Parts: sequence; structure tokens; C-alpha cells
Amino acid sequence: MRILTDRKRAEGLGAAHRGTEHHWNMIVSSSALIGLVPLFVFTVGAAIGRPYDEVIAYFQRPFPAIVAVLTLLVGFIHFRHGVQVLIEDYTGGLTRKVLIICMICLSYAAAAIGLFAIARVAL
Amino acid sequence: MVQFTLPKNSKITTGKTWPKPEGATNIRKFQIYRWNPDDGKNPRVDTYFVDMDSCGPMVLDALIKIKNEIDPTLTFRRSCREGICGSCAMNIDGINTLACIYGMDEIKGDVKIYPLPHMPVVKDLVPDLTHFYAQHASIMPWLETKTNRPAKEWRQSIEDRKKLDGLYECVMCASCSTSCPSYWWNGDRYLGPAALLHAYRWLIDSRDEATGERLDELEDPFKLYRCHTIMNCAKTCPKGLNPAKAIASIKKMMVERMV
Repeated sequence: MRILTDRKRAEGLGAAHRGTEHHWNMIVSSSALIGLVPLFVFTVGAAIGRPYDEVIAYFQRPFPAIVAVLTLLVGFIHFRHGVQVLIEDYTGGLTRKVLIICMICLSYAAAAIGLFAIARVAL
Repeated sequence: MVQFTLPKNSKITTGKTWPKPEGATNIRKFQIYRWNPDDGKNPRVDTYFVDMDSCGPMVLDALIKIKNEIDPTLTFRRSCREGICGSCAMNIDGINTLACIYGMDEIKGDVKIYPLPHMPVVKDLVPDLTHFYAQHASIMPWLETKTNRPAKEWRQSIEDRKKLDGLYECVMCASCSTSCPSYWWNGDRYLGPAALLHAYRWLIDSRDEATGERLDELEDPFKLYRCHTIMNCAKTCPKGLNPAKAIASIKKMMVERMV
């Protein structure tokens, strides 16, 4: 048990002097996704149902490949920041830290796998 | 941290049903949360019947009538009876509001009254607002100046004064903060809508000279950025204020000085 004044309890460890960059990153990535997601849906949608060789040739063109790369990259950056907030909201202590580490590793791994797949098709 | 179930000793049981008033024809049923820290029992919901023909129109009128005429042990805070002091904030019919300005005609069916949610209860309808008030104190709710004190007064233009409208009216009833899920889960660190509305009130006060320091103290993933614009605060505010807008304005100021 700790005997703390109400003010000491409210102040805690003080302000971290950060958070605005995270907030700004979310605004930037979500703004980018407003444009990227429809482009991704339309470009991928155009390839659906076509024969394998045609789809490979389609993704070897710069525009669909770049749209796919950007959507994956920005999408997972947005996911990484968004899920961090979610974890911070609902968990605490060591669980919070472990989950944030796992989530960051998972986000970068998923982004890397996606990028590798597109590179392999496009190059 | 998030909790989806009540602790064992907080589970609510059915309480006493008090007799109906004799000879009354216009009766309203009240279900009221009761908890006494001294009896060691779980909280319960007591049922009261009030003769509406001899009762005022507001929920607080009924509570006072119950305390005076039926059950003197019922405990609640009240003072001004006109929505200025913020004492009688409680959860009525599922909404955090002030009992003194909430009319019973706005409620359909039984009147269900609970203390403000997710706060420690002192007794019955009285929540412990110690931490809430300490958080308010931590945002320095006063004018901070560095310039020598003027001979007469700190002057402010009419336009700058208008910016404080919709902010200074807050009576610190805690209805907004206790309706906010982010405050429920992380209230130990998140300042909550009420404290942040007050913080913004001083941030945009043209006479205040500590804007940078105030923003520094607020820049924190938990103190400020736990607000996810859920808007429960604006929906529930009994004074019709919009704390979510004030918080969004603080975030805009943060971005403004960074980008």
C-alpha cells in the first residue's frame, strides 16, 4: 500500500511529451488510404477472373504494382499505430508491453511478406 | 484497465420494496441503487413509490420527497437545485445528468437511478470524485501570467471573450467523464472530457501566458490522446456543452505547433 496525495496520484509520472507525432501519423496514413484503398480495389478488381499469365503481366505494369505496394505499406503502418492504441486502451502492465511488441513485429512481418510477394510478381 | 464484469462484492441484488403511499392515485415507481459501506453487503436496488400529485416535476424533487417521507437513509448530494453547482449528478434512466434539471416527464416507465458509472461509491448515489477533482487541479485551472500585473485589469477583446463561451459554463458535475469508456478503462491517467474542456478554456484565453507550458503538460498518449471522439461526453452533458470539440481543438493546437 502506498500513501499518496490525491494530486500526486493524478499527476502520476507526468507528461510523456509525445503522442502528437502518433496522432499526426494516423491522420497522414488515413488520408493516404482514402485515395489508395479505392485505387487498390479497382486495380486488383480489374485483374480478377483473368488467366494466370495475364494477371502476372498486369502486375508487372508499374501502376497496379505501385498501388499495391503503397496500399500494403501504408495499410500496415496505419494498422500498427491503430492497434497500438487499441492495446493501450484495453490492457495494462506487462501484458500491454508484450502485446505491443508482438503487434509491431507482426505488422512489419506482414508488410514484408506482402512486399516480397508483389516484388516477385512484378520484377 | 478494461473490466467487463463487476467484482463479486459489486454485483447488484434486489433490495427492499417500500409500501405504496395510501390513497394516492398518481403513483410513479422509482428503482434506486443503494449501498452502505458499513453493512458489508452487496449493493441492492430498492423500489419506492411516489405520489406524483404531491411531488415537484424534477427527479431531485422525487429524491428529496423519498428521503423526507419514505426512507431517510437514502443518501445523495444536492445543493443549488438549478443546475449550477453540479452536485446532484447521477445516472438517471441510463443517462448521466443532473437530477435537479432532469424532468420526470422525460422518462418513460419506471425511474431508474444509479450513481455515476465506474466511480468508487461512497454511499448510495454519492460517487467518490477525489481523483476527478485532483485531475482538474492538475491542469492549472487559473490564469497564468508572466507580464507584470496591469494597474487595472487584464484586458480582453469582445471577440476573444466570445471564444470562452461553451467552455466556462462547465459546472464540473463529472457526467461527461463518467460516461466516457476511455475514462472508465484508463481514468487513472486519461484526464477525461471535463478536465480537458477546462484545459482548453485556459489554452484559448487570450490573457493567459502559459499556453506552451499547458500544451507541454497535456502532450501525452494517455492524458490527452485517449480521447477517441466517442462523443458520449457531448451527448450526456446536462449543460449542453461539447467537451469532444474542445479536446479536438487541443489536438489541433498540438499539431499546429509541430507541423
